[in-house]
Amino acid sequence: MNDRPRNLNRRRFLADTAKTVCVAGLAGLGLSFYSNRSASHTAQALRPPGSLEENSFLGACLRCGLCVRDCPYDTLRLARLEMDVAPGTPYFVARDIPCEMCDDIPCVKACPSGALDPALRDIDDARMGVAVLVDQESCLNFQGLRCDVCYRVCPRIGEAITLDLQHNERTRTHTRFLPSVHSDYCTGCGKCEHACVLEEAAIKVLPQRLAKGELGRHYRWGWQEKDKAGGSLVAPDQPHRYHLPDSMDYEHGGRGLIPREKAAEATPFEHDPLSTLNRGMDEP
Amino acid sequence: MKLSRRDFIKTNAIAATATAAGITIPGVDRALAESRDTIRWDKAPCRFCGTGCSVLVGVRGGRIVATQGDPDAPVNRGLNCIKGYFLSKISYGKDRLTMPLLRMKDGKYDKGGEFTEVSWDQAFDVMAEKWKQTLKEKGPTAVGMFGSGQWTVWEGYAAAKLMKAGFRSNNIDPNARHCMASAVAGFIRTFGTDEPMGCYDDLENADAFVLWGSNMSEMHPILWSRLTDRRLTTSHVKVAVLSTFENRNFDLADIGMVFKPHTDLAILNYIAHYIISKNMVNKPFVEQHVNFRRGMTDIGYGLRPTHPREAEAKNAAKAGASEAMNFEDFATYVSEYTLEKVSKMSGVPADKLQALAELYADPKVKVTSYWTMGFNQHTRGTWANNMVYNVHLLTGKISEPGNSPFSLTGQPSACGTAREVGTFSHRLPADLVVNNADHRAFAEDIWKLPAGTIPGKPGYHAVLQNRMLKDGKLNVYWVQCNNNVQAAANLNEETLPGYRNPDNFIIVSDPYPTVTAMAADLVLPTAMWVEKEGAYGNAERRTQFWRQQIKAPGEARSDLWQLVEFSKRFRVEEVWPEELIKQVPVYRGKTLYDVLFANGAVNQYPKQKVADAHGNQYLNDEMDHFGFYVQKGLFEEYRRFGLEGPKKGHDLGEFDAYHQSRGLRWPVVDGKETLWRYREGYDPFVKTGAGVEFYGKPDGKAIVFALPYEPPAESPDDQYDLWLVTGRVLEHWHSGSMTRRVPELYRAFPDAVLFMHPEDAKQRGLRRGSLARIETRRGKIEAHVETRGRNRMPTGVVFVPWFDEGRLVNKLTLDATCPISKETDFKKCAAKVTSV
Amino acid sequence: MSMSTAHPGTEAIVSKNWLSAHRWLILRRISQLGVMALFLAGPWWGLWIVKGNLSSSLTLGILPLTDPYTLLQSWISGHAIAQTAALGAVIVAVFYFLVGGRSYCAWVCPVNLVTDLAAWLRRRLGLSRPSRMDRSARYWFLGMTLVVAATTGTIAWELVNPVSIMHRGVIFGFGAGALAIAGVFLFDLLVARRGWCGHLCPVGAFYSLLGRFSVIRVHAARRSQCNDCGDCYDVCPEPLVIKPALKGADDGGGTAILSPNCTNCGRCVDVCSLNVFRFGTRCSGTPGSETPPFQVGHSHERN
Repeated sequence: MNDRPRNLNRRRFLADTAKTVCVAGLAGLGLSFYSNRSASHTAQALRPPGSLEENSFLGACLRCGLCVRDCPYDTLRLARLEMDVAPGTPYFVARDIPCEMCDDIPCVKACPSGALDPALRDIDDARMGVAVLVDQESCLNFQGLRCDVCYRVCPRIGEAITLDLQHNERTRTHTRFLPSVHSDYCTGCGKCEHACVLEEAAIKVLPQRLAKGELGRHYRWGWQEKDKAGGSLVAPDQPHRYHLPDSMDYEHGGRGLIPREKAAEATPFEHDPLSTLNRGMDEP
Repeated sequence: MKLSRRDFIKTNAIAATATAAGITIPGVDRALAESRDTIRWDKAPCRFCGTGCSVLVGVRGGRIVATQGDPDAPVNRGLNCIKGYFLSKISYGKDRLTMPLLRMKDGKYDKGGEFTEVSWDQAFDVMAEKWKQTLKEKGPTAVGMFGSGQWTVWEGYAAAKLMKAGFRSNNIDPNARHCMASAVAGFIRTFGTDEPMGCYDDLENADAFVLWGSNMSEMHPILWSRLTDRRLTTSHVKVAVLSTFENRNFDLADIGMVFKPHTDLAILNYIAHYIISKNMVNKPFVEQHVNFRRGMTDIGYGLRPTHPREAEAKNAAKAGASEAMNFEDFATYVSEYTLEKVSKMSGVPADKLQALAELYADPKVKVTSYWTMGFNQHTRGTWANNMVYNVHLLTGKISEPGNSPFSLTGQPSACGTAREVGTFSHRLPADLVVNNADHRAFAEDIWKLPAGTIPGKPGYHAVLQNRMLKDGKLNVYWVQCNNNVQAAANLNEETLPGYRNPDNFIIVSDPYPTVTAMAADLVLPTAMWVEKEGAYGNAERRTQFWRQQIKAPGEARSDLWQLVEFSKRFRVEEVWPEELIKQVPVYRGKTLYDVLFANGAVNQYPKQKVADAHGNQYLNDEMDHFGFYVQKGLFEEYRRFGLEGPKKGHDLGEFDAYHQSRGLRWPVVDGKETLWRYREGYDPFVKTGAGVEFYGKPDGKAIVFALPYEPPAESPDDQYDLWLVTGRVLEHWHSGSMTRRVPELYRAFPDAVLFMHPEDAKQRGLRRGSLARIETRRGKIEAHVETRGRNRMPTGVVFVPWFDEGRLVNKLTLDATCPISKETDFKKCAAKVTSV
Repeated sequence: MSMSTAHPGTEAIVSKNWLSAHRWLILRRISQLGVMALFLAGPWWGLWIVKGNLSSSLTLGILPLTDPYTLLQSWISGHAIAQTAALGAVIVAVFYFLVGGRSYCAWVCPVNLVTDLAAWLRRRLGLSRPSRMDRSARYWFLGMTLVVAATTGTIAWELVNPVSIMHRGVIFGFGAGALAIAGVFLFDLLVARRGWCGHLCPVGAFYSLLGRFSVIRVHAARRSQCNDCGDCYDVCPEPLVIKPALKGADDGGGTAILSPNCTNCGRCVDVCSLNVFRFGTRCSGTPGSETPPFQVGHSHERN
């Protein structure tokens, strides 16, 4: 007699549970997709110094905003739901407020979870992204103007951004000072992007994954390998000798053919014997 | 008028043919002008530094909508620095002054009142009343004017004429006193005539460049671009850089040297010693073209006579004196500056000093030296200028392509206006001076004035003006086209007290509410740059004209209009003594306007249309108002000083020629420009066969001065343990009143920072970004510490740029000057830095 | 039992007085708003007592507090736990282990303000119908969040968690997060009574597990006095928890509400005109015994 309602209850319970599990499963699936999407957030949102690689960061960041609170320049913000950045996680937009690269890195100190790696002691080692000169056509310096604001605001001026000098073929008397970013030094602080005077910045900080190419593993830069090894990888080389007319010298691995006359100039004597005579004997 | 493409090509062809044939076909030109882009393009020199880049200004609907570097301008060939890139925005700051503003209380002028809008009539009424009252009670030495190397040529000329002839006061000085006076004094002392002998073409002809303190990479960006190109494209070219800290020049330096402040004097003498000891003196040149003189020493620091440092100086009163000597004596004089001693004094390694000296000594190397404020803003600034000429004269490396000692300028018309038209307290146009009776007589003749109108005693120079304002001896003071409260040294003690002295009435003409305007009693809204027709002269003697492109906002008027219009308020009886008027009775009852400007010369060019070759028409508000071509009249009258005056070699071209050309380098003779002065073949004033002739001196010989190292006015001690250096940054120009109103430039360098060595910061509990207090015996300011970036400071030296009105670094600086040039040393004083 | 369910507690107001009939509610609101105020004092008034938010915070520059649930997800996602965060989580866990896990929901969680409002409005509008939803769903959801953390390697739940969205929103700015909160409100108002907190919220589920053996408990101490008015059931966000304690005398059950889902909100204490309920410890009130009434007020006698 009692079996029926009990079975009914039991069946209903099982059905309800199944329904709940399905709903929870579907929700979980949706959440996974959403999570994957927000892991590849917009390139313009940069992570604070010391941030772990994006996926690890999203596993580590507790979304507490302590880094935001301790940023003295109001650079960092917490992402909101509508943004292309995982909600609640800290980010900054270089064009709005760049990272000022505090020596004491207060944001990293504030982080309770290690999402901002406490091993980062020297702010120069931070890699928030890499500056990329995305548009040479509108960059004033590429046209020969003397803007180079990005270069001068760079906290690692002369290292992270250098000016490559190129003769200006158009004016014939001027130089083009081409800003060139070196990812070994660029921290991705975004000062350059922030300061770029164009309506839309020609230099932008991008996440490493977008900014960097990768050399095929089958190739090495010979001169770098030589530098690393502190000398030629294949040594020694025979001294080279050549058949040359008297008027010529040859410098192997250097200037090549050199007219002998020039080489002769490297004596301690001037052309004009008077200048040797007048120099006097005691002069050092 | 609308043209089809075909019509356009046809019209263009007709126009081209007509131009080739030298004919103007009015209809065709107009058709072309209108069918082009609706933007009207016309040329103008850049408003900022002394490089003299040229831009094309695009106007549509009465507004500058764009600019472009002028691709045909020889200096910049279409390029600009980042300030030049933003020229179109400088006129449109949101806080432009558009009405005269007078301090008023209860409807009347009151020194303690609030700024209140008044009409020009009211403004000039109050102003004229103050001038008349002061002239009557205290005479011409109680009125004064502070002008500018940013004045147009005719503005400076009109101001000098109004002050020196009209009000009979030599108390007019330009802000160029702060930047160029030592260069001027150096030129006059060594060569007898002002301004560089070389030109920018030296950049393409030199084998070595030596930058004496000049931070050309930031302060003259386009010239640096040319210098770099020479270095880049010619493998043997060397660049030597000297500075008191590592700036961006060091990127290019083959020989980079950071020296202890003020020891440049010793280094210069070492180079002279090296040249002599290595027997590298160009003896024929020295024998024919050089005299030797020993300069006066222990000449003080241009401080107030009561200042202890000043009181102990023996020869402050005769600072400029010198006596003849011979080469051998000179050789002995500099022989004490040995390599070892100078290396120790300056902190520069001996091998670098030697390499530098060798550049100058090597007869095969053409050397161009550049300097700006490092030499000029120096308590021995005139000496430093003299001493760099010593080196060039001893080797004969001067006045020929690539061999040039070249003084760069910081303002667009420091040369063209401040120096050439005679706006200094001791000068008259074209190198004439007030304390020379012949010069005065010549000026009075051209100006059609009774003999004795121009006073013979030099007036108060810039620094003295501030002191006299404070002391109540200068009571009415008109500041035009500059921001001297921010720019002058020792703001708290010497500038502001004079401006706010209840006995004084201060008038400031400016487009923007600057710090100086804040300190004024009457502020006059002023037209700027292309809101008026103008002319500037750059550092290489190139005079460049522009037409008025747009109207100034509201009631703003040009400095020229203000000066000329104000002159109408004075009858000669009110400003001249009877014995002058007696000489020229027709002037009786006339106004200064009649006597100075409607004098038959200035007003000889009737009102006309201003048009370009395409038939585009331009405004000329001053011509409309006064009824004659004021600018042309003033320029043509001024030109006579160069053509007919007692000092030769200052010839300018005709007014109209400048509107047609992209600048001409004077002396302009027979329509031809002069590239290198004093060298036969290049300079038409050098006698045939002379080879070289320094014709500024009576015997045609330049002077090598024997001058020693003397210590600076103030050095670091236990209490104030750091050198404080001030200067500029590329992004901002001077006091920042224009560039800080361009949002992009403001963002690129928002506030002044304190550049210091990280160790110095650490010792004081500071780090990058911390707020620091910088303090001297005269005041204190706060700024954030910067230990990275463009300027790498050695320990013991800090640098603060002066563009930021929120951090007035001139509260800290000392008003010590070169006693000869009266130019302030903004580059060194003793400071301490603490954490806030 | 004559009271309309739209106004539970009316009798208590009459028998005790208004203040006594709202005592725990008022204390609870003070607690919720006080916690919020502590977090807001910094950004609003520059008084930096507490920095951060409920996910993790730092009090007076020394005391770290971390939400153990978030940290658990972080750990499951594969991130090694940092010392500061671990210490903070232990402090929080111990605290809620003592005072009742779901006290967090009633006394701290800002979403409670929203869902309480929805519940109140629902009663007022007469929308009150028992939910057909499974109250164990939250445990499935809790499990789901942990599985997703493991599979994605991220704290995925924090992307959408209304609790942190709301708290963070108030402190750091809402943006579209406000829509999520509105969603919870509407869900509770229109779809299911106490739908979010009572059925779905995995945060609540986590804290209920955390407080499974917590010390502080509500007791139906004077259950014999119960007149079956039903007011306690009406106001209770987790009505199922009351019955075993209130009606368990016959089965030999104790007076303590032992269900981990009880949020220790104390609303039942407030609305009972007969002062049946009171706060006590897990151990007080052994089965069968009845402890003397918790003297809340004397209005009963006065009336």
